[in-house]
Amino acid sequence: MQLFFFYLFSLITLSGAVLVVAHPNTLSSAMSLIVSLFGVACLFVLLAAPFVATMQLLLYAGAIMVLFIFVIMLLNPSTNRLVKRLSFGGLLGILISSYLAVILVLRVVSFNKPEEVAISSDYGSLREVGQLLFSTYLVPFEVTSLLLLVAIIGAVVLGRQSLPGGRS
Amino acid sequence: MELLITLLKVLIIPMLVINLIPLLIWMERKVSAYIQDRRGPNRAAILGVRLGGLIHNIADVIKLFTKEDIVPAGANKFYFILAPAILMFVSFVAVAVIPFADTITLNDGNIFSFQLADLNVGLLYILAISSLSVYSILLAGWSSNNKYAFLGGLRASSQMISYEITMGLAVVAILMLAGSASLNDIVRDQGPLPWHWNIFRQPLAFFLFLAASYAETNRTPFDLPEGESEIVAGYHVEYSSMKFALFFMGEYAAMVIASAVTASLFLGGWQVPFFSTEALRVLAPDFLPPVAFAALVQATVFLAKILFFCFLFVWVRWTLPRFRYDQLMRFGWQFMLPLALFNILVTGVWLLIVP
Repeated sequence: MQLFFFYLFSLITLSGAVLVVAHPNTLSSAMSLIVSLFGVACLFVLLAAPFVATMQLLLYAGAIMVLFIFVIMLLNPSTNRLVKRLSFGGLLGILISSYLAVILVLRVVSFNKPEEVAISSDYGSLREVGQLLFSTYLVPFEVTSLLLLVAIIGAVVLGRQSLPGGRS
Repeated sequence: MELLITLLKVLIIPMLVINLIPLLIWMERKVSAYIQDRRGPNRAAILGVRLGGLIHNIADVIKLFTKEDIVPAGANKFYFILAPAILMFVSFVAVAVIPFADTITLNDGNIFSFQLADLNVGLLYILAISSLSVYSILLAGWSSNNKYAFLGGLRASSQMISYEITMGLAVVAILMLAGSASLNDIVRDQGPLPWHWNIFRQPLAFFLFLAASYAETNRTPFDLPEGESEIVAGYHVEYSSMKFALFFMGEYAAMVIASAVTASLFLGGWQVPFFSTEALRVLAPDFLPPVAFAALVQATVFLAKILFFCFLFVWVRWTLPRFRYDQLMRFGWQFMLPLALFNILVTGVWLLIVP
């Protein structure tokens, strides 16, 4: 049963991910990304991590992708303008992604099935995740929030400078 | 057996939402009529039976079914059809974590709960699922290939994203008080005494949540995505027949969900005023098993609370005018958001001082 659902959700995730790259329509690409993120959230549920799953939905599918689609709809890029020539950025992207792919494949090949351990009923709950975030992983957590704050301030500064009249 | 019970729940609980929709539409028409000193729908009848205007809904259904279903020539057909389906999907899936009565411990030690899934992140689940409903409106507006629809879709998405933040932050204070995100725990934590309910412990969070839920369901005074006087009908201007009906029903289904969540969070959910579950079981009459009696009374009281909040939705719609768009944004970001943060701070300090 669990295996069936694993393959089902993996199929959803992967087909979504493939469509993001392959679909000629920009909006459809973004919608496929949502489907893919939804599949990942389902996989998190299978892994007994409901909190991460709901956060995945709430933040990525519910908020960030809305902004993606918002921008796509406002700019409305033409559908058949796929980049066919190879640029430096594209080359770099291919290198990095193939590097990541090799690491992933190696990891899967050398994967040893760990012993099955009974998890507590509290595993992956809000309380558990919160305690970990505010004790073991406090510094990375705070640094990440600082990074986000910097990004927000940067966005506000850039946005204000582009006002007509040149007020900064 | 367990599978059968779950299957029954899956069938019954969304049916409850569906069945409330015509009732709410009737209520909207009647309440608006009486607020404006009219009689409301009173013409449609079957053999002279009018049921106070309820028969009018049947006439509506026949009209919607028999109308021509138009897909505009310039529309993106796939998303045009997908959009209303998302709205209904979201409403039916969100209802899964709402508890209708206290859990029952069966003879064999198993626990029977009157909800589809008692997630320990139930509240966040509702926020996450309902945040998906913005796609429905956004896609409907975009795929219609109509300027008014597009404007409505853009308005809806920016409005819903803005008020979602306030909604989430208002809920954080409730989480802090209850120490759990499971809706059943939050309801149980409030107890049967009305002055212990969160509406009195967290009045500020209540008003923030209520206002945000009106914005999330696109109801007046936040119904700018539809804004008849400005952009005709907003995102669903190109929809007709049953596709329009799905949007229409989706609005009321979202109202039911929002009311149920507000009732659970702030008005004690299935808690019967002054009677705990044990007291109700003692009071049970002879012809009913005590647990069934308690569950029945609790579910009835919960339904009454849901209907009260639905009535409030209607009442507010026919009382207040619509916001202007800049007022809406300023209200959300510069007034409600700081208040919600302030509320969290006060709650935190309170929890530290009071043991």
